Amino acid sequence: MSAVSAPVASARTSPPVAPARRLNLGRVLPVIGPLLLFVAWDLVVRFKLVSPILLPTPAATLLTLLSGLFRGTLLNDFLHTVWRTLQAFAIAAALGMPLGVLLGSNERAYRSVEFLIDFFRSTPSSALIPLFLMIFGVSDVNKVAIAAFGALLIVLFNSAYGVINARKQRVMAARVMGASRLQVFKDVLVWESLQPSFVGLRSAVSMALVIVIVAEMFIGSENGLGHRIINSQQVMNVRDMYASILAAGALGYALNVLFLMIEKRIVHWSGR
Amino acid sequence: MSAVLHPLIAPDPAPPPFVPGPPGTAITIRGLTKYFAGAPLYENFDLDIPKHRIVSVFGPNGCGKSTLINMIAGLIPIDAGEILFDGKSLKQTKIGYVFQNYREAMFPWLRTIDNIGYPLKLEGQSKAEVNARVEELVASFDVKFDLQRYPYELSGGQQQTASIMRALAPRPEVLFLDEPFSALDYEMTLFIREKLQEVFMQTGTTMLLVSHDLEEAVYLADHVLLLTKRPTRVAKILPYGDPRPRTVATLSEPGFISTKKHSLEIFQREVRR
Repeated sequence: MSAVSAPVASARTSPPVAPARRLNLGRVLPVIGPLLLFVAWDLVVRFKLVSPILLPTPAATLLTLLSGLFRGTLLNDFLHTVWRTLQAFAIAAALGMPLGVLLGSNERAYRSVEFLIDFFRSTPSSALIPLFLMIFGVSDVNKVAIAAFGALLIVLFNSAYGVINARKQRVMAARVMGASRLQVFKDVLVWESLQPSFVGLRSAVSMALVIVIVAEMFIGSENGLGHRIINSQQVMNVRDMYASILAAGALGYALNVLFLMIEKRIVHWSGR
Repeated sequence: MSAVLHPLIAPDPAPPPFVPGPPGTAITIRGLTKYFAGAPLYENFDLDIPKHRIVSVFGPNGCGKSTLINMIAGLIPIDAGEILFDGKSLKQTKIGYVFQNYREAMFPWLRTIDNIGYPLKLEGQSKAEVNARVEELVASFDVKFDLQRYPYELSGGQQQTASIMRALAPRPEVLFLDEPFSALDYEMTLFIREKLQEVFMQTGTTMLLVSHDLEEAVYLADHVLLLTKRPTRVAKILPYGDPRPRTVATLSEPGFISTKKHSLEIFQREVRR
């Protein structure tokens, strides 16, 4: 028996089917979790482990969701929540990004307000709802304002840090080519801050949605997903409640995916 | 009156008179002083860098090779001293700088061609002027890759080529190169080394090259500037005069071998000291 057996080509004659199969499996993987959840959910209801008064079947819930979106009033509430979230987000982005970039480009200015930003960023925005009620009253403006406030600080903080942590060498490269402070700012710092800014924008839109939903629940509201969820809970219309929760989840997920796509287009160099 | 009688601060001693370098000096450094963490890195350092020559800077680790060219290029502030470019200040002088880390020197949000034209745009040149100059560079570098791509879509060697083109675009009086080959594979190193030599033969641009590779340092150099350990002084400036274009054959010429050997001896002496 030779210790050093030459590698033989025939050792790898197995047909190249395995990789193809593995690829298909990879596509199926993300669906497995949700399917398992739905099956478990269905079994729990079927075997009456939970009272049907508290938990409808997944099929019934999905049906309620779809019919509510296409024929019923769920779509109306959904759109109200989307509109409030986008308003709050737009205010936060329009104020937070420029302010963050400006503060970040002057580190002394940022350090002098850093504590305030960190403090209010760490304060749960929902804790401020009564305060905003006093200022804005029970109005639509209130819901948008409190959500915008919560989202604003996230955007501002991320944009400022984007500028502060800009690659020093790119700034040096611009300076050695003779760029003025203003040129360094608009040709390098603003661009360098884009990627962290987008991280901020994505967290901000999630935060805006969270606060809008809470505000719709507890600040007298006649529409919106938050209002619908708490209403259907009070009248024990559980199907509608679960359908609305799923709609809110889908909205949050879709917004996140949308922002990831926009980020990939605009900050095309990210991660390279 | 009392201020005169009780001076709180002694007046600064008069600075030593500025002694200009010999004719044909591109950069004159006088009394350069730089402290790092309380310890002197450079103290009263004088140096003349000749015009239309390539000077390679070589020395022990931590002696501040890169710091030296960064101070000359104005990227690191100096504590004391004077640096003049043909009698002018840095502000009045056009310089080019090539970084070791090309990935973080190019602007990934601009296409490669716009990266190369960026210093010209800063000068306020029109689009047509910028395009004409970039065309010229493309021709002289014999560029084979697509400049419409973003820098991160190019190979390391292509990115470094582009960043050298960017540095040369405004026709700088001095080109600084901070270990421009360190992040490249050997094939690309050879290629860019040849390009640099070609550019030098065409334009005669004064170049200051920092290198940690002695062969590379000597190969391109007219003068090898050997530095000591910190506090850094000039150990020796070795002239190397083999004719250009130098080729692979140059590496086995007696002139090259003896310059390299001599440099190595001085280097080792300085490291052991």
